[in-house]
Amino acid sequence: MTTLNNRIATFKVLAIALLAFVTSLTSSCERDEVLIDIVQTQVTQPSYTDICGFYLLNEGNMGSNKASIDYFDATEGVYYRNIYAERNPTVVKELGDVGNDILIYGNKMYAVINCSHKVEVLTPDSAKRITQIDIPNCRYAVGHEGCLYVSSYVGPVQIDPTAQLGAVFKVDTLSLEVVDTVEVGYQPEEMAIIGNRLYVANSGGYRVPYYDNRVSVIDLNTFDVADVITIDEAANLHRVEKDSKGRLWISSRGDYFGSISTLLVIDPASKKVIKNMSIPVSDMWADGDTLYTVSSEWSYVTGGNAVSYAKVDMASMEIIDDNIIKDGTDASIKLPYGIAVNPLTKDFYVCDAKSYVVSGTIYCFDKDGCLKWKETTGQVPAHFAFNGRIEYK
Amino acid sequence: MKYLFCIGLIWSIAILNVNAYSQAAMGDEVFLDSVLTIQEINVVANKHQKEIIKPQTLSGVELERLNSHSVADALRYFSGVQLKDYGGIGGIKTVNIRSMGTNHVGVFYNGIQLGNAQNGQVDLGRYSLENVEEISLYNGQKSNIFQSAKDFASSSAIYIYTKRPTFGHGRNYNVMVQMKTGSFGLANPSIIWSQRLTDNISMSANAEYTYANGRYKFRYRRLQLNGDVAYDTTATRQNGDVEALRAEMGLYGRIQNGRWNLNGYFYTSERGIPGAIVNNVFRRGERQWDKSAFGQGAFEKKFSNSYSLKLSGKFAWDYSNYLRDDKKELYLNNHYYQKEVYFSVANLFSINNWWTVSASADLQWNTMAADLTDFAYPTRWTQLGAIATAMNFKHVGLQASLLGTFIQESTRSRKIYTAGPNRHEFSPAAFINYRPFDSDWLEIYGFFKKIFRMPTFNDLYYTEIGNADLEPEYTYQYDIGISISRQLGHSFFDFVSIKTDAYYNLVKNKIIAYPTGKQFRWTMINLGKVRIAGVEVSGDVAAHIEKVRMKLHTQYTFQRARDYTDPADSFYGDQIPYIPRHSISVSYNANYRGWDFNYSFIYTGERYNEQENNLYNFEPPWFTHDMSLSKEFTINNVSLKLIGELNNVFNQAYEVIHNYPMPGRNFRLTAKISI
Repeated sequence: MTTLNNRIATFKVLAIALLAFVTSLTSSCERDEVLIDIVQTQVTQPSYTDICGFYLLNEGNMGSNKASIDYFDATEGVYYRNIYAERNPTVVKELGDVGNDILIYGNKMYAVINCSHKVEVLTPDSAKRITQIDIPNCRYAVGHEGCLYVSSYVGPVQIDPTAQLGAVFKVDTLSLEVVDTVEVGYQPEEMAIIGNRLYVANSGGYRVPYYDNRVSVIDLNTFDVADVITIDEAANLHRVEKDSKGRLWISSRGDYFGSISTLLVIDPASKKVIKNMSIPVSDMWADGDTLYTVSSEWSYVTGGNAVSYAKVDMASMEIIDDNIIKDGTDASIKLPYGIAVNPLTKDFYVCDAKSYVVSGTIYCFDKDGCLKWKETTGQVPAHFAFNGRIEYK
Repeated sequence: MKYLFCIGLIWSIAILNVNAYSQAAMGDEVFLDSVLTIQEINVVANKHQKEIIKPQTLSGVELERLNSHSVADALRYFSGVQLKDYGGIGGIKTVNIRSMGTNHVGVFYNGIQLGNAQNGQVDLGRYSLENVEEISLYNGQKSNIFQSAKDFASSSAIYIYTKRPTFGHGRNYNVMVQMKTGSFGLANPSIIWSQRLTDNISMSANAEYTYANGRYKFRYRRLQLNGDVAYDTTATRQNGDVEALRAEMGLYGRIQNGRWNLNGYFYTSERGIPGAIVNNVFRRGERQWDKSAFGQGAFEKKFSNSYSLKLSGKFAWDYSNYLRDDKKELYLNNHYYQKEVYFSVANLFSINNWWTVSASADLQWNTMAADLTDFAYPTRWTQLGAIATAMNFKHVGLQASLLGTFIQESTRSRKIYTAGPNRHEFSPAAFINYRPFDSDWLEIYGFFKKIFRMPTFNDLYYTEIGNADLEPEYTYQYDIGISISRQLGHSFFDFVSIKTDAYYNLVKNKIIAYPTGKQFRWTMINLGKVRIAGVEVSGDVAAHIEKVRMKLHTQYTFQRARDYTDPADSFYGDQIPYIPRHSISVSYNANYRGWDFNYSFIYTGERYNEQENNLYNFEPPWFTHDMSLSKEFTINNVSLKLIGELNNVFNQAYEVIHNYPMPGRNFRLTAKISI
């Protein structure tokens, strides 16, 4: 019996040792998860204009829930990375999945979160949440006369589910509710409003190889499709801007089999393409009548991305400059994905998305194209909203 | 402190029970379980005896004890294995061995590889343990030269063997009926029937049905920086249901100096794809239907003392239907079909009693069809030839092999897809072991292997993404290890073993997705270099107190798997995604008079869910405690076994894959009748 007791004692010692080992592991790895704090960096000297800064929406990759908002405060010269979670700690799973557009309109800011199927409504001064508006698969937003118009890949359910049309949702900015919906083409993207008509570019991006080449024209009085502009020169339409002469500037992503991205000028009255600018466009920004473009296109020949930049005079429809970065910084930009221009200082900003799956970089250039500062952003930096006391667009 | 208390409680109960049993254990009853266990260990040991480097193996009763539902769950207890688990019963589960990537793992079912030319991955969550006799994991390759060329053709390999019928004295049949139920709305009945047909031929048939609604509670809780709760939400996982039917039949024959077998396998399932949990999206509408069928056979005969032959062949058909019918998303309904034909001849020549040489040749044909726009309809022919030699001296064993792989592909498409160029590759491997003492209690071993994986059909031809110019992805493995095992015959300790491996792997030409600068569009390119250094330590102890038998298995893996693709990358030198530096598993088992208690603990250290090792990609460590208790009764030659399992005892909220929450505390009950 003594030996048995000894053995049991030995066993107990061993068991307790193991218990202690497991417990120490368990308790050492037991920790609460905490929201990620803002990272702030002094990137430049403070400057004081009527534009006090800008918000940058980082898309994040689908399924990763890593859409994020950064803020540059010009009056401090400080770049704040990832402000949403700290400002809105009670929102479950933070900002959401794939940020696709951001805009300040009236006294509110709207962030379009594509794969979270919502438009986040925020205060423009502090990025605090007011509410969210549920819009499925929402893509881009524009504001006009007290209403927000949001393009969406999915309209009402169709009889043939394989040919589901997209839609434009109309949101009342006072009640912050969807008040109307109109069906447009396949996978609609950006929009522009001229007079009382809204023009939305349809991409058909998920209908390879049957891309859409139509611009749907919506009469904002009746909120019906009043007309359709069919473009023969290109399909897979994406970006839309307007110029001071009432013309539309629409980019095409091109297709995979040879046709490359291009930029077209369209007269909405005659529904004709006035000029094919023959420059590729990933993103563009109209500053008055000056259009800034960036592009990156994969080439199987070189096994790399061909990168290009341009500045276009929209009034004369001429390319002013095909190399807007003058100090050689473009050599370190791998995949330019977004561009914006400060309407007062004419500083311009280029976002480098790199390989999409890493943190991006924002580069700030002065009006002459020389680097002022750069800073690390969230994943896939792309969309800008300037914050200030002026109407900039 | 809470955990300390809980674990303490459990251990106290366990220890008390052991005391109680040991004091009660004065009789001399036949210890049914341990007898069975010993037999099975012997069987397994014989099977692996000729191997220069012994695999990690789980078999028989040990497998049953591990609170594991599928092959994937059981693999968590092996060293060097990272399981990718998307959660739930129907979720995808794949493994990554020694950080080289899922596509480098060959999975062999009854000796023949399970193929998936489409994406190169085998969902191990679909292979239930119900009919499985043994799972073995080999780093490098099975170091037994009498095998098909395919056995030489992957970076690491998992072998799953189903139960071969064995009959007790004077018996001609066995029937086992089992029913499992538990959390997630699980209903899982199965039956195995084996029958002796003639003296030399026996048959085994097996069917299993699985239904689960897949619902489970998960929780997200975050704190603010000041320590206040930011949010704390509990929700139910939706659209994770699964319904599956598996049926298998096998014929097993013995001939003079040889044996043969024929197996048929059929599987059909419907499942929801629960998807990532992101802000504002807690439910998705994707579903998938799968059907797969294969038939395979093998014939093996020793014709003389100097020559043996092994023939094997397989035909496989796979169908998959993916449907996205969700009002918020674009509708998608795609169908995929794959076929595979495979045949292998392996020859073994014994030159003398210490020197053997083998030569094997395999031929494989794969094809795939899909109703995607402009689909490429690829077909791949693969010829493999391997020569190998083994020398077994008293203290030293040596093996070397050279594999030649020849691949031709063609496509059929309206568009510009061209087939990848013809490929030929030569892959060497060498294995050595050294046993300095006669009793073999100490072994020192090592291996080198260079091998590659072909780009999958998706990598090469997926509409808009594929890149037919892709080169194969190479791995180089260097391993050295030491193993000590001793039967002790001590009054308390019966057996102890320790095994340690140190390894270095290099992955070159890694195939990664790369953005083309346009939305929706990525392409696959050969860009990527990963250096992996690791250490694995595992230990086993068996002990007894009177009639209470106990076993303890512990395993620790350290891995540094770093990306060295381009010094300009922000993640240069960072740990690659989802590879923890530290992982640990512990399992403890005690049995007495048909009672069996099992406790296991799995810890996976901190990881990153993307390439950059920054706080935005940080994944916290996770751990689970699982336990089970079972009792076996025998009444008139009918054996009844009842098993109760409790998993994730402390209801930890965790994720293995970012945004895929795992189940909290869950249970399972099993009743098993064997006649």
